[in-house]
Amino acid sequence: MIGRHRHLIGLEPLSREEIVGVLQLAISMKEVLRRPIKKVPTLRGKAVVNLFFEASTRTRTSFETAAKILSADALNWTSASSSVTKGETLVDTARNIEAMHPDVLVIRHPAGGAPQLVADHVSCAVVSAGDGAHEHPSQGLLDLYTLAEHFSGVRGKAVGEKGAAPNFGSIAGKTIAIVGDVSHSRVARSDLHGFTKLGARVRVCGPPTMIPQGMETLGATVHYQLREAVEGADAVVMLRIQHERIGDPLIPGTREYSKFWGLNEKKAAEWLTPGCVILHPGPVNRGVELAPEVADGARSVILDQVENGVAIRMAILYLLAGGAQGAHTSAAEGAARS
Amino acid sequence: MNGETIFIEGGRVIDPASGTDGVRTVVLRDGRIAEVAERWERPRDVRAIDARGRWVVPGLVDLHVHLREPGQEYKETVETGARAAVAGGFTAVCAMPNTSPVNDNASVTELMLARAAAAGLARVYPVGCISRGLKGEELAEYGELKSAGCVALSDDGKPVTSSALMRRALEYARAFELPVTVHEEDLGLVGKGVMNEGPTATRLGLKGIPTASEEVMVLRDIALAELTGGRLHVAHLSSAGSVRAVRDAKRRGLRVSAEATPHHLTLTDEDVARSRYDTSFKMNPPLRSAADVRAVREGLADGTIDCIATDHAPHSAVEKDLEFEAAANGIVGLETAFAVCLALVREGALSETRLVEAFTIAAARAFGLPGGTLARGAPADVAILDPGLTWRCDPGRFRSKGRNSPWKDALLVGRCTHTLVGGRLVHELDRGEP
Repeated sequence: MIGRHRHLIGLEPLSREEIVGVLQLAISMKEVLRRPIKKVPTLRGKAVVNLFFEASTRTRTSFETAAKILSADALNWTSASSSVTKGETLVDTARNIEAMHPDVLVIRHPAGGAPQLVADHVSCAVVSAGDGAHEHPSQGLLDLYTLAEHFSGVRGKAVGEKGAAPNFGSIAGKTIAIVGDVSHSRVARSDLHGFTKLGARVRVCGPPTMIPQGMETLGATVHYQLREAVEGADAVVMLRIQHERIGDPLIPGTREYSKFWGLNEKKAAEWLTPGCVILHPGPVNRGVELAPEVADGARSVILDQVENGVAIRMAILYLLAGGAQGAHTSAAEGAARS
Repeated sequence: MNGETIFIEGGRVIDPASGTDGVRTVVLRDGRIAEVAERWERPRDVRAIDARGRWVVPGLVDLHVHLREPGQEYKETVETGARAAVAGGFTAVCAMPNTSPVNDNASVTELMLARAAAAGLARVYPVGCISRGLKGEELAEYGELKSAGCVALSDDGKPVTSSALMRRALEYARAFELPVTVHEEDLGLVGKGVMNEGPTATRLGLKGIPTASEEVMVLRDIALAELTGGRLHVAHLSSAGSVRAVRDAKRRGLRVSAEATPHHLTLTDEDVARSRYDTSFKMNPPLRSAADVRAVREGLADGTIDCIATDHAPHSAVEKDLEFEAAANGIVGLETAFAVCLALVREGALSETRLVEAFTIAAARAFGLPGGTLARGAPADVAILDPGLTWRCDPGRFRSKGRNSPWKDALLVGRCTHTLVGGRLVHELDRGEP
């Protein structure tokens, strides 16, 4: 359970406390991840099925790694096509997998709401690994974790070291810009919910064709000029421009996009405050939204995101696979010490 | 139809067409309304229905239903659809032509009418295609369709994308005095949209359908109605902009009418989020914003929107138990329409008289159908409605084969207890229900 929730469908339904609960647990998970022998028996005998209807290397590998470190059995069920073309409905697929008694079903699907539909039809826990343009909750959580590490100055310190634990209160009052194709981005939505719940101010930025309606009601300010969005920001999340998702003519092309909404070294040097870090959910389109020097530069925390992603997913699986019955924190610490 | 005489006694007769509103006795004889009077002596052996505490109104008329026969009998048949109709107080329904094969020729029209006659329940008025094969390319044979029994023309489910074809349809239909009823959407603007464009679609990560996709087509067709003098009827109008456009067209004296559905009068796009992607909240046009719902209600109250039509669209679990974006559009509505719309009266959005008018005479007039009134000599099509009856909506008990209702498990107030068609009692609410 994550607080009151049996599933993790998105960050929107979670309270601040529930989000912080997962983040706190990820601290000890990160310590396990950094051990020379990365294995704890915590979820031995539990089964995690990764049900992916969309290509994904990073997220699937991250969930799989997280499951294996916790000694759960991880099984990947990949389907290149979504249910409609395949002839078997999503509900049927989910029920078939459920008959194999998994404890957690991790699902990625091109349709917004698909994890909810699955959750309505199965008895095991369901974790969304991204659904359409709806949410990508584990990404939102790992972005929060990465930001908190930066804001509380523990980046680069060895985990377990005294004073090395990130303080999640440090996100409150910070200004974070999310730049790119917000309309098609599930990362942007999960980030927006997560950032605002932890007290950050959020700016979204991109060409007007890529900013969906109602951003203000979700607590963000809307900017069409990159400079205006990133100046004075404490962190910038650059979103991937996904060619395959652009069905409408949203932008004339990547060259113009890069010129007006991409971040290169010159713009970063002139517009960003010295402490501002750059996040990206990956994979980066080098030369489109991020110039290579920026993606690999000192401001980039992209690889921290990947590492923290495993810790966050360990925490999620631990909480939802029934590893936590009641006093989860102490149990997790027990796992971390074992 | 039938020589029996029936007295309906003690009920409050609401008949907007004749201006009647009060306790009356209604006498039905030889399939017609024989008398509506404050007191009328009932001969000893004549059958009576006690309607005390209830409304006695003209049988409701629905200009927009999908009966799925021929071709999709697993979703609905003319018989099950007609059974659902009379259970909801409807005595006449207009059956849309997007069957399989489509209703663009006399044989399909005749088949629907034969099935309806065999069922002997509600009157079924087929609507023929605007374009042959529903393809939007050439005109269907309106003369043949009218002769076979069609009362209107529609390519419902699809817009007529070609402005030129739409112009000719409005013109050609004039020869047969057939209204052309249109499903308005600009497919380019709709794109892959699956719900109303707005903050809720953004939150849910679902592609949006802007209200402008409907409005540009409503405005186009009003211009074409003006050009041709044709009879335009706007189906399932859903946006504030469409209401403004129709209001303006009527003010200018054009021959334009419009309908709104119970769901577009009462539900909003936020219900899609509240229901967590329940596909019983997916239809086309989609549920709109609260501001649109307010405008549609005002349009109905002031007569801009003539009538209420359900767009009853039964689907099976095969089409609905899917990802929201993959599920079919449409919900059933015949058996819940009265209760759902009666809530508008309780909320002060509509008078009782206007509600009854929008369900009866206003609908009948829009398509030139008989009925819709309890005037002496009119067909003895009557609904007896209990405005205080509270019931739990259980789609498992629907007469329709469709279970796709957004009011599943809702507590509804108001229900039809008796329905008479041509003086014959075709529905009586089971005492065990609800």
